[in-house]
Amino acid sequence: MYSVGIDVGSVAAKAVVFDGHEIVAKEIIPTGWSPKESGEKLFEMVTSMARVDKNEIKSIVGTGYGRVALSFIDRKVTEITCHGKGAHFIDSNIRTVIDIGGQDSKVIKLDEKGNIIDFLMNDKCAAGTGRFLQVMAHALEIDVSELSQIGEGATPETISSMCTVFAESEVISLMASGASKEGIAAGLLQSVCSKTYTLVSKVGVQNKVFFSGGVSKNYLLREFLSKKLGVEVFSSELSQYLGAIGAAVIGYRD
Amino acid sequence: MRPEIMAEVEGLRGVNSVKIKEASEAGKKVVGMYCVFSPQEIAMAADAITVSLCGTIQAPIEEAEKELPRNLCPLIKSSYGFAITDKCPYFYFSDVLLAETTCDGKKKMYELMSKLKPMHIMNLPQTANAENSLELWKKEMIYFKEFLEKQFGVEITDDKLRAAIKLLNRERKAMKRLHQLNAHKPAPLSGMDMMLAQWLKGFNVDKEAGIELIERLTKEVEERVEKGIYAFDENAPRILLTGCPIGSGSEKVLRILEESGASVVALENCTGYKGLDVLVDEDKDPITALAEKYLSTPCSCMTNNNGRLDLIERLAKEYEVDGIVDLTWQACHTYNIESFTVKNFAKDVLNLPFLQIETDYSDSDVGQIKVRVEAFLEGIK
Repeated sequence: MYSVGIDVGSVAAKAVVFDGHEIVAKEIIPTGWSPKESGEKLFEMVTSMARVDKNEIKSIVGTGYGRVALSFIDRKVTEITCHGKGAHFIDSNIRTVIDIGGQDSKVIKLDEKGNIIDFLMNDKCAAGTGRFLQVMAHALEIDVSELSQIGEGATPETISSMCTVFAESEVISLMASGASKEGIAAGLLQSVCSKTYTLVSKVGVQNKVFFSGGVSKNYLLREFLSKKLGVEVFSSELSQYLGAIGAAVIGYRD
Repeated sequence: MRPEIMAEVEGLRGVNSVKIKEASEAGKKVVGMYCVFSPQEIAMAADAITVSLCGTIQAPIEEAEKELPRNLCPLIKSSYGFAITDKCPYFYFSDVLLAETTCDGKKKMYELMSKLKPMHIMNLPQTANAENSLELWKKEMIYFKEFLEKQFGVEITDDKLRAAIKLLNRERKAMKRLHQLNAHKPAPLSGMDMMLAQWLKGFNVDKEAGIELIERLTKEVEERVEKGIYAFDENAPRILLTGCPIGSGSEKVLRILEESGASVVALENCTGYKGLDVLVDEDKDPITALAEKYLSTPCSCMTNNNGRLDLIERLAKEYEVDGIVDLTWQACHTYNIESFTVKNFAKDVLNLPFLQIETDYSDSDVGQIKVRVEAFLEGIK
């Protein structure tokens, strides 16, 4: 038997098929304008990739902001619980999960069984989220995926504004005054790092620390976070799928 | 399923706004109040009607922000907005206002509001424990009494005070009994209905009728318990809600909690149980008894405020709660800072899951709050 976990985020939709032991298929597509359509499409994609018949699926669990739009799922679980379960599945030694997605950033504290002891979520603003980095990359006329590469080794410029709109004007003024793209890119990642650090400090960091969500692809930010927190922050190629993995694990086991 | 009498309780809103108009036109004096520290008994002993003033709705905030900073607690902004737009019938018919020096935001807002109506301000001590606090607060009770006597040309006798004390103690007892029904597992009354019943009592023009209605509601709920009719099933996580006051229009967090499957069994806040817990001593000198009762209010504007932790502990045990949610209005510094203490208390002493939500009256963050609340409840199950 199999379970399917679908995580429809604000930017990307992710899905995995789980056979009770391992992830047998995974896929990611842009969420686009319709979380419902992208969720359905993704479901078809992963099940055919895994060559799984519909009656072999015991449970479909949806998570992410788009979970409410999915009519074909058996259960909805919040991304906070899913990221916790997903992290525990990947490595049962993980005690802190930093999840930065398109519009949310969260810090989740886990016990040795993968249960959530505490969590914090950003307030109703985009400071420190993927959206923040996307807007800034746009101002720098680069792709958000290039920020790490460009910023690597550069002396970070100080970005003092946490507000996405004000930080954008700050970036534009910095460019006008002749600051380098490299320095600004590094400065932006520093800014997200310090915002995340505040959130982590409030919950209290516990080793091992894992970084998930789309923004975790940003290796320079991960380096900054490791340095600032004083412990290694881990990530994996499955980081962006963590919510979907957690959803599938919950669907299989509970 | 909802108790039938709840419809009548909800109807109080319309009934009372008509009654206050009639009473005022018939020459009755009205004292408008904002806070659970306000000694209603003194106003009642002056033969006046006491009412809570409106301040739990988003709508008038836009007007208030023309004069008040945007980054201020919504309760203060809403109260002021209602006052300047004349949309609160209770404010409109109030002959005098009673204010009190609780938080800084309210204090300074009252300075602006005092230009609209005659206002008396009671100076609340910063701490309930200091040696001179009770003496100071007793004097404030006397100043308020003298203010009313002068304003209304009446004499407030000890006998009248005693009668008012007895009546309001009866009201407290009736509300307390209602609240305590939810110590039953599962809870027979939803948190939303409990909040409404408690909040609406503040607008009651006819106290006796209000008590009678609450007693009938209690009876109906007791009968439902006997028949096994409850507001939620027995697996619903039982939540204690603490923090800032809520009322109709600012019930967002309470509503989200219950829509997400929780049963909010205890409302520790000042629109809930806080003001009901301690009765006024009916045997003592009335002014001393009143000062003692009101000074015992475990509000975050007091430093320290360990009484709040004691009350939370007691309610958490009596109501067998599974988690604590602390609601803080945006820019409410006292409750916001105190939340750290409450969190540590909940986790370390009570061993209960804890969630703080800081928000305002708007709906702009409903989605985010839902995620947090649902995740919190998933953690409890």
